[in-house]
Amino acid sequence: MRGIQTIIKKELADHFASYRFTIIFALIAMISLITAYMVGWKIKTEMEGMASQSAFLLLFTLPGAMGLFSLVQFVAFFGPLVGLVLGFDTINRERNEGTLSKLLSQPIYRDVVINGKFLAGVALITVMMVSIVLVITALGLIVMGIIPGIEEIWRIIVYLIISIIYISFWLGVAILFSILFRSTATSALAALAIWIFFSIIFPYSVSVMANNIFETAENDPEAIVRRAKVVKVIILLSPQELYTEATATIIDPTRKSSRSIINMSAGPMESLSMARFSGPLPLLQSILIVVPYIISLVALSVICFAISYAVFMRQEIRSL
Amino acid sequence: MSTETVIETRELTKIYNGQAAVENLSFSVNAGEIFGFLGPNGAGKTTTLLMLLGLTEPSSGSARVLGMDPARNPIKVKSMIGYLQENMGFYGDLNARQMLRFISELNDITAEIAEERIASALQSVGLAEEQDKKIAAYSRGMRQRLGIAELLIKDSKVAFLDEPTLGLDPDGTNRMIELIQSLCRDKKMTILLSSHMLHQVQKICHRIGIMIKGRMVAQGEIDQLAEEKFGVGKEQYTLEEIYMKYFQEA
Repeated sequence: MRGIQTIIKKELADHFASYRFTIIFALIAMISLITAYMVGWKIKTEMEGMASQSAFLLLFTLPGAMGLFSLVQFVAFFGPLVGLVLGFDTINRERNEGTLSKLLSQPIYRDVVINGKFLAGVALITVMMVSIVLVITALGLIVMGIIPGIEEIWRIIVYLIISIIYISFWLGVAILFSILFRSTATSALAALAIWIFFSIIFPYSVSVMANNIFETAENDPEAIVRRAKVVKVIILLSPQELYTEATATIIDPTRKSSRSIINMSAGPMESLSMARFSGPLPLLQSILIVVPYIISLVALSVICFAISYAVFMRQEIRSL
Repeated sequence: MSTETVIETRELTKIYNGQAAVENLSFSVNAGEIFGFLGPNGAGKTTTLLMLLGLTEPSSGSARVLGMDPARNPIKVKSMIGYLQENMGFYGDLNARQMLRFISELNDITAEIAEERIASALQSVGLAEEQDKKIAAYSRGMRQRLGIAELLIKDSKVAFLDEPTLGLDPDGTNRMIELIQSLCRDKKMTILLSSHMLHQVQKICHRIGIMIKGRMVAQGEIDQLAEEKFGVGKEQYTLEEIYMKYFQEA
Protein backbone atom coordinates (compact mmCIF):
# COMPACT_ATOMS: atom_id res chain seq x y z
CA MET A 1 0.00 0.00 0.00
CA ARG A 2 2.42 2.59 -1.20
CA GLY A 3 1.48 6.10 -0.20
CA ILE A 4 -1.23 5.14 2.27
CA GLN A 5 0.68 6.54 5.24
CA THR A 6 1.11 9.83 3.45
CA ILE A 7 -2.60 10.02 2.69
CA ILE A 8 -3.56 9.13 6.26
CA LYS A 9 -1.15 11.69 7.67
CA LYS A 10 -2.45 14.43 5.40
CA GLU A 11 -6.05 13.54 6.12
CA LEU A 12 -5.52 13.56 9.89
CA ALA A 13 -3.73 16.89 9.73
CA ASP A 14 -6.62 18.32 7.71
CA HIS A 15 -9.20 17.05 10.18
CA PHE A 16 -7.39 18.30 13.26
CA ALA A 17 -6.98 21.71 11.68
CA SER A 18 -10.61 21.94 10.59
CA TYR A 19 -13.28 23.93 12.40
CA ARG A 20 -15.70 21.21 11.54
CA PHE A 21 -13.95 18.61 13.65
CA THR A 22 -13.34 21.03 16.50
CA ILE A 23 -17.00 22.00 16.65
CA ILE A 24 -18.41 18.51 16.58
CA PHE A 25 -15.83 17.27 19.07
CA ALA A 26 -16.51 20.14 21.46
CA LEU A 27 -20.25 19.63 21.17
CA ILE A 28 -20.10 15.93 21.89
CA ALA A 29 -17.55 16.28 24.67
CA MET A 30 -19.68 18.96 26.32
CA ILE A 31 -22.92 17.03 26.20
CA SER A 32 -21.37 13.80 27.40
CA LEU A 33 -19.60 15.55 30.26
CA ILE A 34 -22.76 17.27 31.42
CA THR A 35 -24.73 14.04 31.20
CA ALA A 36 -22.02 12.09 33.00
CA TYR A 37 -21.93 14.67 35.75
CA MET A 38 -25.70 14.68 36.24
CA VAL A 39 -25.98 10.92 36.12
CA GLY A 40 -23.05 10.58 38.47
CA TRP A 41 -24.74 12.75 41.07
CA LYS A 42 -28.02 10.96 40.65
CA ILE A 43 -26.41 7.58 41.22
CA LYS A 44 -24.49 8.87 44.19
CA THR A 45 -27.59 10.25 45.92
CA GLU A 46 -29.95 7.41 45.06
CA MET A 47 -27.58 4.58 45.73
CA GLU A 48 -26.23 5.73 49.10
CA GLY A 49 -25.00 2.65 50.88
CA MET A 50 -26.06 0.25 48.11
CA ALA A 51 -22.65 -1.09 47.22
CA SER A 52 -23.20 -2.87 43.95
CA GLN A 53 -20.94 -4.52 41.46
CA SER A 54 -22.29 -2.94 38.35
CA ALA A 55 -23.17 0.47 39.68
CA PHE A 56 -20.34 2.12 37.82
CA LEU A 57 -21.70 1.20 34.43
CA LEU A 58 -25.02 2.83 35.27
CA LEU A 59 -23.13 5.99 34.46
CA PHE A 60 -23.51 5.04 30.82
CA THR A 61 -27.03 3.70 30.81
CA LEU A 62 -29.03 6.00 33.07
CA PRO A 63 -30.59 9.06 31.52
CA GLY A 64 -29.55 12.44 32.82
CA ALA A 65 -31.92 14.78 34.58
CA MET A 66 -35.23 15.70 32.93
CA GLY A 67 -35.31 12.50 30.91
CA LEU A 68 -32.41 13.46 28.72
CA PHE A 69 -30.44 10.86 26.79
CA SER A 70 -28.28 8.37 28.57
CA LEU A 71 -24.71 8.36 27.31
CA VAL A 72 -25.27 5.13 25.41
CA GLN A 73 -28.39 6.51 23.74
CA PHE A 74 -26.59 9.72 23.04
CA VAL A 75 -23.84 7.96 21.11
CA ALA A 76 -26.43 5.82 19.32
CA PHE A 77 -28.26 8.92 18.17
CA PHE A 78 -25.50 11.46 17.57
CA GLY A 79 -22.58 9.14 16.86
CA PRO A 80 -23.69 8.78 13.23
CA LEU A 81 -23.53 12.53 12.87
CA VAL A 82 -19.82 12.41 13.69
CA GLY A 83 -19.21 9.85 10.98
CA LEU A 84 -21.30 11.79 8.48
CA VAL A 85 -19.66 15.12 9.24
CA LEU A 86 -16.20 13.60 8.88
CA GLY A 87 -16.91 11.91 5.59
CA PHE A 88 -19.62 13.57 3.54
CA ASP A 89 -17.23 15.51 1.29
CA THR A 90 -14.25 13.14 1.29
CA ILE A 91 -14.10 12.47 -2.43
CA ASN A 92 -16.32 15.06 -4.07
CA ARG A 93 -14.53 18.02 -2.52
CA GLU A 94 -11.25 16.78 -3.95
CA ARG A 95 -12.95 16.16 -7.26
CA ASN A 96 -14.40 19.67 -7.35
CA GLU A 97 -11.12 21.30 -6.43
CA GLY A 98 -9.22 19.26 -8.99
CA THR A 99 -6.95 17.80 -6.35
CA LEU A 100 -8.27 14.30 -6.94
CA SER A 101 -6.63 14.06 -10.34
CA LYS A 102 -3.44 15.53 -8.92
CA LEU A 103 -3.50 12.79 -6.30
CA LEU A 104 -4.31 10.05 -8.78
CA SER A 105 -1.66 11.17 -11.25
CA GLN A 106 0.94 10.33 -8.61
CA PRO A 107 2.27 6.78 -8.62
CA ILE A 108 -0.24 5.33 -6.16
CA TYR A 109 -3.10 2.91 -6.63
CA ARG A 110 -6.53 4.39 -6.66
CA ASP A 111 -7.76 2.34 -3.72
CA VAL A 112 -5.00 3.78 -1.56
CA VAL A 113 -6.82 7.12 -1.65
CA ILE A 114 -10.12 5.78 -0.42
CA ASN A 115 -8.58 3.33 2.06
CA GLY A 116 -6.33 6.02 3.47
CA LYS A 117 -9.19 8.43 3.91
CA PHE A 118 -11.38 5.81 5.55
CA LEU A 119 -8.62 4.67 7.92
CA ALA A 120 -7.81 8.25 8.87
CA GLY A 121 -11.48 8.76 9.73
CA VAL A 122 -11.56 5.59 11.80
CA ALA A 123 -8.42 6.68 13.64
CA LEU A 124 -10.03 10.02 14.37
CA ILE A 125 -13.24 8.40 15.61
CA THR A 126 -11.17 6.14 17.84
CA VAL A 127 -9.28 9.05 19.34
CA MET A 128 -12.51 10.91 19.89
CA MET A 129 -14.42 8.05 21.52
CA VAL A 130 -11.52 6.89 23.68
CA SER A 131 -10.83 10.35 25.00
CA ILE A 132 -14.47 11.06 25.73
CA VAL A 133 -15.03 7.74 27.49
CA LEU A 134 -11.85 8.23 29.49
CA VAL A 135 -12.94 11.64 30.65
CA ILE A 136 -16.42 10.37 31.49
CA THR A 137 -14.94 7.50 33.47
CA ALA A 138 -12.67 9.85 35.37
CA LEU A 139 -15.56 12.19 36.07
CA GLY A 140 -17.69 9.29 37.26
CA LEU A 141 -14.92 8.20 39.54
CA ILE A 142 -14.66 11.61 41.10
CA VAL A 143 -18.39 12.28 41.42
CA MET A 144 -19.58 8.84 42.48
CA GLY A 145 -16.51 7.66 44.30
CA ILE A 146 -16.97 4.13 42.93
CA ILE A 147 -13.98 2.41 41.42
CA PRO A 148 -14.82 0.24 38.41
CA GLY A 149 -13.77 -3.42 38.61
CA ILE A 150 -11.68 -5.21 36.03
CA GLU A 151 -14.74 -6.66 34.37
CA GLU A 152 -16.39 -3.28 34.17
CA ILE A 153 -13.31 -1.88 32.50
CA TRP A 154 -13.43 -4.69 29.97
CA ARG A 155 -17.06 -3.94 29.33
CA ILE A 156 -16.22 -0.31 28.68
CA ILE A 157 -13.51 -1.40 26.25
CA VAL A 158 -15.90 -3.69 24.36
CA TYR A 159 -18.44 -0.90 24.35
CA LEU A 160 -15.81 1.40 22.86
CA ILE A 161 -14.96 -1.08 20.12
CA ILE A 162 -18.61 -1.50 19.15
CA SER A 163 -19.10 2.26 19.15
CA ILE A 164 -16.09 2.75 16.90
CA ILE A 165 -17.41 0.16 14.44
CA TYR A 166 -20.82 1.82 14.54
CA ILE A 167 -19.56 5.33 13.86
CA SER A 168 -17.17 3.99 11.21
CA PHE A 169 -20.16 2.45 9.46
CA TRP A 170 -21.65 5.94 9.17
CA LEU A 171 -18.33 7.27 8.00
CA GLY A 172 -18.49 4.62 5.28
CA VAL A 173 -22.00 5.75 4.32
CA ALA A 174 -20.82 9.34 4.11
CA ILE A 175 -17.81 8.40 1.96
CA LEU A 176 -20.09 6.41 -0.33
CA PHE A 177 -22.28 9.47 -0.85
CA SER A 178 -19.25 11.64 -1.45
CA ILE A 179 -18.35 9.28 -4.28
CA LEU A 180 -21.86 9.03 -5.71
CA PHE A 181 -22.69 12.74 -5.68
CA ARG A 182 -20.67 15.46 -7.29
CA SER A 183 -21.96 18.22 -5.07
CA THR A 184 -20.94 18.27 -1.42
CA ALA A 185 -24.28 19.80 -0.42
CA THR A 186 -26.15 16.93 -2.04
CA SER A 187 -24.02 14.30 -0.39
CA ALA A 188 -24.43 15.97 3.00
CA LEU A 189 -28.20 16.08 2.58
CA ALA A 190 -28.40 12.50 1.39
CA ALA A 191 -26.35 11.33 4.36
CA LEU A 192 -28.53 13.33 6.75
CA ALA A 193 -31.65 11.87 5.18
CA ILE A 194 -30.43 8.32 5.76
CA TRP A 195 -29.53 9.18 9.34
CA ILE A 196 -32.96 10.68 10.07
CA PHE A 197 -34.66 7.79 8.36
CA PHE A 198 -32.97 5.17 10.51
CA SER A 199 -33.03 7.20 13.73
CA ILE A 200 -36.61 8.40 13.69
CA ILE A 201 -38.77 7.31 10.81
CA PHE A 202 -37.80 3.66 10.58
CA PRO A 203 -38.34 2.53 14.23
CA TYR A 204 -41.49 4.58 14.47
CA SER A 205 -43.03 3.25 11.28
CA VAL A 206 -42.13 -0.34 12.12
CA SER A 207 -43.95 -0.15 15.43
CA VAL A 208 -46.93 1.60 13.85
CA MET A 209 -47.13 -1.07 11.18
CA ALA A 210 -46.79 -3.84 13.73
CA ASN A 211 -49.59 -2.27 15.76
CA ASN A 212 -51.86 -2.31 12.74
CA ILE A 213 -51.03 -5.84 11.71
CA PHE A 214 -51.45 -7.38 15.17
CA GLU A 215 -54.33 -5.17 16.22
CA THR A 216 -56.90 -7.95 16.48
CA ALA A 217 -55.25 -9.92 19.23
CA GLU A 218 -54.38 -7.12 21.55
CA ASN A 219 -55.29 -8.90 24.74
CA ASP A 220 -53.73 -12.20 23.92
CA PRO A 221 -50.32 -12.40 25.65
CA GLU A 222 -48.99 -14.79 23.03
CA ALA A 223 -49.87 -12.33 20.31
CA ILE A 224 -48.10 -9.57 22.15
CA VAL A 225 -44.97 -11.69 22.33
CA ARG A 226 -45.29 -12.58 18.66
CA ARG A 227 -45.66 -8.97 17.75
CA ALA A 228 -42.63 -8.02 19.81
CA LYS A 229 -40.60 -10.68 18.05
CA VAL A 230 -41.57 -9.48 14.60
CA VAL A 231 -40.79 -5.89 15.47
CA LYS A 232 -37.47 -6.98 16.90
CA VAL A 233 -36.40 -8.75 13.74
CA ILE A 234 -37.46 -6.00 11.36
CA ILE A 235 -36.00 -3.26 13.44
CA LEU A 236 -32.61 -4.96 13.35
CA LEU A 237 -32.27 -3.78 9.77
CA SER A 238 -31.44 -0.45 11.29
CA PRO A 239 -27.82 0.10 12.32
CA GLN A 240 -28.99 2.18 15.26
CA GLU A 241 -30.94 -0.75 16.64
CA LEU A 242 -28.09 -3.15 16.09
CA TYR A 243 -25.84 -0.82 17.99
CA THR A 244 -28.29 -0.16 20.81
CA GLU A 245 -28.94 -3.85 21.26
CA ALA A 246 -25.27 -4.72 21.23
CA THR A 247 -24.12 -2.05 23.63
CA ALA A 248 -27.08 -2.31 26.00
CA THR A 249 -26.22 -5.89 26.88
CA ILE A 250 -22.51 -5.20 27.11
CA ILE A 251 -22.75 -2.16 29.30
CA ASP A 252 -25.58 -3.53 31.46
CA PRO A 253 -24.70 -6.98 32.84
CA THR A 254 -28.12 -7.38 34.43
CA ARG A 255 -29.78 -7.51 31.03
CA LYS A 256 -30.12 -11.12 30.13
CA SER A 257 -31.99 -11.12 26.88
CA SER A 258 -31.32 -8.83 24.05
CA ARG A 259 -34.66 -7.06 24.41
CA SER A 260 -37.02 -8.09 27.13
CA ILE A 261 -40.57 -6.89 27.05
CA ILE A 262 -40.45 -6.14 30.74
CA ASN A 263 -37.49 -3.88 30.31
CA MET A 264 -39.25 -2.00 27.57
CA SER A 265 -42.39 -1.35 29.54
CA ALA A 266 -40.85 -0.85 32.94
CA GLY A 267 -40.82 2.61 34.38
CA PRO A 268 -37.67 4.45 35.30
CA MET A 269 -37.69 3.05 38.82
CA GLU A 270 -37.26 -0.47 37.54
CA SER A 271 -33.78 0.30 36.45
CA LEU A 272 -32.77 1.09 40.00
CA SER A 273 -34.69 -1.59 41.86
CA MET A 274 -32.64 -4.02 43.89
CA ALA A 275 -33.86 -7.02 41.94
CA ARG A 276 -32.08 -5.82 38.89
CA PHE A 277 -28.72 -6.30 40.45
CA SER A 278 -29.17 -9.92 41.30
CA GLY A 279 -27.19 -12.35 39.22
CA PRO A 280 -25.45 -10.16 36.65
CA LEU A 281 -24.23 -11.94 33.52
CA PRO A 282 -20.53 -12.64 33.20
CA LEU A 283 -18.82 -10.63 30.49
CA LEU A 284 -18.31 -13.59 28.20
CA GLN A 285 -22.01 -14.40 28.29
CA SER A 286 -22.86 -10.80 27.47
CA ILE A 287 -20.48 -10.88 24.55
CA LEU A 288 -21.98 -14.11 23.28
CA ILE A 289 -25.41 -12.51 23.28
CA VAL A 290 -24.29 -9.54 21.26
CA VAL A 291 -21.97 -11.26 18.79
CA PRO A 292 -24.67 -11.55 16.13
CA TYR A 293 -25.34 -7.82 16.38
CA ILE A 294 -21.68 -6.98 16.14
CA ILE A 295 -21.30 -9.25 13.13
CA SER A 296 -24.28 -7.63 11.42
CA LEU A 297 -22.85 -4.20 12.12
CA VAL A 298 -19.47 -5.19 10.71
CA ALA A 299 -21.18 -6.77 7.70
CA LEU A 300 -23.13 -3.57 7.02
CA SER A 301 -19.91 -1.56 7.17
CA VAL A 302 -18.13 -3.97 4.85
CA ILE A 303 -20.99 -3.90 2.34
CA CYS A 304 -21.05 -0.13 2.40
CA PHE A 305 -17.30 0.11 1.94
CA ALA A 306 -17.33 -2.50 -0.82
CA ILE A 307 -19.89 -0.47 -2.78
CA SER A 308 -17.81 2.69 -2.36
CA TYR A 309 -14.76 0.80 -3.47
CA ALA A 310 -16.39 -0.69 -6.55
CA VAL A 311 -17.91 2.62 -7.64
CA PHE A 312 -14.75 4.61 -7.02
CA MET A 313 -12.50 2.18 -8.87
CA ARG A 314 -14.71 2.33 -11.95
CA GLN A 315 -15.39 6.04 -11.96
CA GLU A 316 -13.91 7.86 -14.90
CA ILE A 317 -11.46 10.60 -14.17
CA ARG A 318 -12.49 13.18 -16.69
CA SER A 319 -11.06 16.50 -17.46
CA LEU A 320 -12.14 18.85 -14.74
CA MET B 1 18.34 14.80 -31.02
CA SER B 2 17.90 11.06 -30.70
CA THR B 3 15.02 9.46 -32.51
CA GLU B 4 14.01 7.17 -29.68
CA THR B 5 10.23 7.11 -29.37
CA VAL B 6 8.95 7.98 -25.90
CA ILE B 7 5.23 8.18 -26.49
CA GLU B 8 3.44 6.18 -29.07
CA THR B 9 -0.25 5.51 -29.58
CA ARG B 10 -1.95 3.20 -32.02
CA GLU B 11 -5.57 3.62 -33.01
CA LEU B 12 -6.25 4.94 -29.52
CA THR B 13 -9.99 5.41 -29.01
CA LYS B 14 -12.03 6.55 -26.04
CA ILE B 15 -15.79 6.49 -26.05
CA TYR B 16 -17.78 8.36 -23.38
CA ASN B 17 -21.50 7.63 -23.34
CA GLY B 18 -21.54 6.48 -26.94
CA GLN B 19 -19.58 9.47 -28.18
CA ALA B 20 -16.02 9.21 -29.28
CA ALA B 21 -13.88 11.69 -27.37
CA VAL B 22 -10.76 10.36 -29.02
CA GLU B 23 -10.92 8.41 -32.24
CA ASN B 24 -8.23 6.22 -33.79
CA LEU B 25 -5.48 8.42 -32.54
CA SER B 26 -2.01 7.45 -33.70
CA PHE B 27 0.94 9.66 -33.02
CA SER B 28 4.38 9.52 -31.53
CA VAL B 29 6.69 11.78 -29.60
CA ASN B 30 10.46 11.39 -29.68
CA ALA B 31 12.80 11.62 -26.73
CA GLY B 32 13.86 15.11 -25.79
CA GLU B 33 11.44 17.00 -27.95
CA ILE B 34 8.68 19.43 -27.16
CA PHE B 35 5.59 18.27 -28.92
CA GLY B 36 2.86 20.87 -29.34
CA PHE B 37 -0.54 19.34 -28.90
CA LEU B 38 -3.03 21.71 -30.47
CA GLY B 39 -6.74 21.71 -30.99
CA PRO B 40 -9.93 23.48 -29.98
CA ASN B 41 -11.47 22.98 -26.56
CA GLY B 42 -13.15 19.62 -26.27
CA ALA B 43 -11.07 18.08 -29.04
CA GLY B 44 -9.97 15.26 -26.74
CA LYS B 45 -6.52 16.49 -25.79
CA THR B 46 -6.99 16.08 -22.05
CA THR B 47 -8.67 12.72 -22.52
CA THR B 48 -5.64 11.60 -24.49
CA LEU B 49 -3.32 12.77 -21.73
CA LEU B 50 -5.42 10.91 -19.13
CA MET B 51 -5.18 7.74 -21.20
CA LEU B 52 -1.42 8.13 -21.52
CA LEU B 53 -1.25 8.49 -17.73
CA GLY B 54 -3.30 5.38 -17.14
CA LEU B 55 -5.98 7.39 -15.34
CA THR B 56 -8.56 6.46 -17.94
CA GLU B 57 -8.71 3.22 -19.81
CA PRO B 58 -8.89 3.42 -23.59
CA SER B 59 -11.95 1.86 -25.20
CA SER B 60 -9.72 0.39 -27.87
CA GLY B 61 -6.27 0.79 -29.31
CA SER B 62 -3.06 0.96 -27.36
CA ALA B 63 -0.59 3.43 -26.00
CA ARG B 64 3.02 3.11 -24.95
CA VAL B 65 4.88 5.51 -22.76
CA LEU B 66 8.58 4.84 -22.23
CA GLY B 67 7.96 1.36 -23.53
CA MET B 68 5.16 0.58 -21.08
CA ASP B 69 1.44 0.28 -21.44
CA PRO B 70 -0.18 2.82 -19.11
CA ALA B 71 -3.39 0.82 -18.89
CA ARG B 72 -1.49 -2.23 -17.64
CA ASN B 73 1.24 -0.62 -15.65
CA PRO B 74 -0.12 2.70 -14.42
CA ILE B 75 2.03 2.98 -11.30
CA LYS B 76 5.33 2.64 -13.17
CA VAL B 77 4.16 5.03 -15.86
CA LYS B 78 2.88 7.60 -13.38
CA SER B 79 6.14 7.53 -11.48
CA MET B 80 7.96 8.68 -14.61
CA ILE B 81 5.49 11.22 -15.92
CA GLY B 82 4.86 14.62 -14.50
CA TYR B 83 1.37 15.83 -15.23
CA LEU B 84 0.48 19.48 -14.98
CA GLN B 85 -3.27 19.59 -15.19
CA GLU B 86 -5.19 22.57 -16.44
CA ASN B 87 -6.52 23.70 -13.06
CA MET B 88 -3.30 22.75 -11.23
CA GLY B 89 -5.13 20.95 -8.39
CA PHE B 90 -2.95 21.99 -5.49
CA TYR B 91 -4.25 21.94 -1.94
CA GLY B 92 -4.94 25.57 -1.12
CA ASP B 93 -4.41 25.18 2.60
CA LEU B 94 -0.86 23.92 2.24
CA ASN B 95 2.13 26.08 1.50
CA ALA B 96 4.44 25.36 -1.42
CA ARG B 97 6.91 23.40 0.65
CA GLN B 98 4.26 21.25 2.31
CA MET B 99 2.65 20.53 -1.03
CA LEU B 100 5.92 19.48 -2.61
CA ARG B 101 6.79 17.38 0.41
CA PHE B 102 3.43 15.63 0.09
CA ILE B 103 4.11 14.94 -3.59
CA SER B 104 7.59 13.60 -2.89
CA GLU B 105 6.27 11.30 -0.17
CA LEU B 106 3.73 9.89 -2.59
CA ASN B 107 6.61 9.33 -5.00
CA ASP B 108 8.68 7.48 -2.41
CA ILE B 109 11.42 10.07 -2.45
CA THR B 110 13.39 9.97 0.80
CA ALA B 111 13.11 12.99 3.05
CA GLU B 112 16.68 14.25 2.63
CA ILE B 113 16.66 14.05 -1.15
CA ALA B 114 13.21 15.64 -1.18
CA GLU B 115 14.31 18.60 0.96
CA GLU B 116 17.27 19.23 -1.31
CA ARG B 117 15.20 19.00 -4.46
CA ILE B 118 12.42 21.16 -3.01
CA ALA B 119 14.85 23.92 -2.10
CA SER B 120 16.54 23.95 -5.49
CA ALA B 121 13.27 23.55 -7.43
CA LEU B 122 11.64 26.46 -5.63
CA GLN B 123 14.74 28.48 -6.34
CA SER B 124 14.73 27.72 -10.04
CA VAL B 125 11.04 28.50 -10.54
CA GLY B 126 11.39 31.69 -8.52
CA LEU B 127 9.12 30.77 -5.62
CA ALA B 128 11.76 30.56 -2.89
CA GLU B 129 10.53 33.74 -1.27
CA GLU B 130 6.91 32.71 -1.29
CA GLN B 131 7.41 29.15 -0.13
CA ASP B 132 5.73 29.67 3.23
CA LYS B 133 2.63 31.29 1.79
CA LYS B 134 -0.48 29.19 1.46
CA ILE B 135 -1.12 28.12 -2.10
CA ALA B 136 -4.64 29.57 -1.85
CA ALA B 137 -3.00 32.99 -1.89
CA TYR B 138 -0.92 32.23 -4.99
CA SER B 139 -1.61 33.86 -8.30
CA ARG B 140 -2.26 31.70 -11.30
CA GLY B 141 1.24 32.22 -12.57
CA MET B 142 2.74 31.19 -9.25
CA ARG B 143 0.68 28.03 -9.23
CA GLN B 144 1.84 27.16 -12.71
CA ARG B 145 5.43 27.64 -11.64
CA LEU B 146 4.80 25.48 -8.59
CA GLY B 147 3.60 22.86 -11.05
CA ILE B 148 6.96 23.07 -12.82
CA ALA B 149 8.67 22.69 -9.43
CA GLU B 150 6.65 19.51 -8.96
CA LEU B 151 8.05 18.13 -12.23
CA LEU B 152 11.58 18.94 -11.06
CA ILE B 153 11.02 17.16 -7.76
CA LYS B 154 9.61 14.07 -9.37
CA ASP B 155 12.54 14.22 -11.79
CA SER B 156 10.13 13.16 -14.50
CA LYS B 157 11.39 11.78 -17.78
CA VAL B 158 8.25 12.94 -19.53
CA ALA B 159 6.02 15.90 -18.77
CA PHE B 160 2.44 16.43 -19.86
CA LEU B 161 1.58 20.08 -19.68
CA ASP B 162 -2.08 20.87 -20.14
CA GLU B 163 -2.57 24.55 -20.97
CA PRO B 164 0.35 25.74 -18.85
CA THR B 165 0.06 29.32 -20.08
CA LEU B 166 -3.70 29.64 -19.81
CA GLY B 167 -4.78 32.87 -18.19
CA LEU B 168 -1.28 34.18 -17.54
CA ASP B 169 -0.18 37.75 -18.06
CA PRO B 170 2.45 38.37 -20.76
CA ASP B 171 5.30 38.37 -18.27
CA GLY B 172 4.00 35.18 -16.64
CA THR B 173 3.65 33.57 -20.03
CA ASN B 174 7.22 34.38 -20.94
CA ARG B 175 8.57 33.04 -17.66
CA MET B 176 6.57 29.87 -18.14
CA ILE B 177 7.83 29.41 -21.69
CA GLU B 178 11.40 29.87 -20.52
CA LEU B 179 10.91 27.33 -17.75
CA ILE B 180 9.45 24.83 -20.19
CA GLN B 181 12.36 25.32 -22.54
CA SER B 182 14.83 24.87 -19.70
CA LEU B 183 13.15 21.59 -18.70
CA CYS B 184 13.76 20.33 -22.19
CA ARG B 185 17.26 21.73 -22.52
CA ASP B 186 18.72 21.15 -19.04
CA LYS B 187 16.72 18.20 -17.75
CA LYS B 188 16.34 16.44 -21.10
CA MET B 189 12.64 16.08 -20.44
CA THR B 190 10.32 15.05 -23.22
CA ILE B 191 7.39 17.42 -23.17
CA LEU B 192 3.89 17.04 -24.48
CA LEU B 193 2.48 20.52 -24.42
CA SER B 194 -1.16 21.26 -24.99
CA SER B 195 -1.86 24.89 -25.62
CA HIS B 196 -3.85 27.50 -27.50
CA MET B 197 -1.06 30.03 -27.55
CA LEU B 198 -0.01 29.31 -31.09
CA HIS B 199 2.60 32.02 -31.18
CA GLN B 200 4.45 30.49 -28.20
CA VAL B 201 3.98 26.98 -29.49
CA GLN B 202 5.56 27.99 -32.75
CA LYS B 203 8.50 29.40 -30.83
CA ILE B 204 9.31 26.41 -28.65
CA CYS B 205 7.84 23.26 -30.13
CA HIS B 206 9.91 20.95 -32.26
CA ARG B 207 6.90 19.22 -33.70
CA ILE B 208 3.17 19.69 -33.43
CA GLY B 209 0.02 17.67 -33.75
CA ILE B 210 -3.38 19.16 -34.44
CA MET B 211 -6.34 17.40 -32.95
CA ILE B 212 -9.89 18.22 -33.99
CA LYS B 213 -13.00 16.36 -32.83
CA GLY B 214 -11.04 13.48 -31.41
CA ARG B 215 -8.90 12.95 -34.49
CA MET B 216 -5.34 13.91 -35.17
CA VAL B 217 -5.64 15.80 -38.44
CA ALA B 218 -1.98 16.66 -38.82
CA GLN B 219 1.35 16.03 -37.20
CA GLY B 220 4.89 16.93 -38.00
CA GLU B 221 7.26 19.85 -38.00
CA ILE B 222 5.73 23.24 -38.60
CA ASP B 223 7.56 23.79 -41.92
CA GLN B 224 6.40 20.43 -43.05
CA LEU B 225 2.77 21.24 -42.28
CA ALA B 226 3.08 24.64 -43.90
CA GLU B 227 4.43 23.03 -46.99
CA GLU B 228 1.65 20.47 -47.02
CA LYS B 229 -1.03 23.13 -46.78
CA PHE B 230 0.44 26.04 -48.61
CA GLY B 231 3.37 24.67 -50.49
CA VAL B 232 5.79 27.13 -48.91
CA GLY B 233 8.13 27.31 -45.92
CA LYS B 234 7.11 28.61 -42.54
CA GLU B 235 8.70 32.02 -43.01
CA GLN B 236 5.70 33.07 -45.01
CA TYR B 237 3.04 31.61 -42.75
CA THR B 238 2.44 31.65 -39.04
CA LEU B 239 1.29 28.61 -37.15
CA GLU B 240 -1.99 30.38 -36.61
CA GLU B 241 -2.74 30.44 -40.32
CA ILE B 242 -1.85 26.78 -40.67
CA TYR B 243 -3.99 25.89 -37.70
CA MET B 244 -6.98 27.85 -38.96
CA LYS B 245 -6.66 26.20 -42.32
CA TYR B 246 -6.85 22.73 -40.73
CA PHE B 247 -9.62 23.86 -38.46
CA GLN B 248 -11.77 25.11 -41.31
CA GLU B 249 -11.21 21.99 -43.30
CA ALA B 250 -12.23 19.67 -40.48
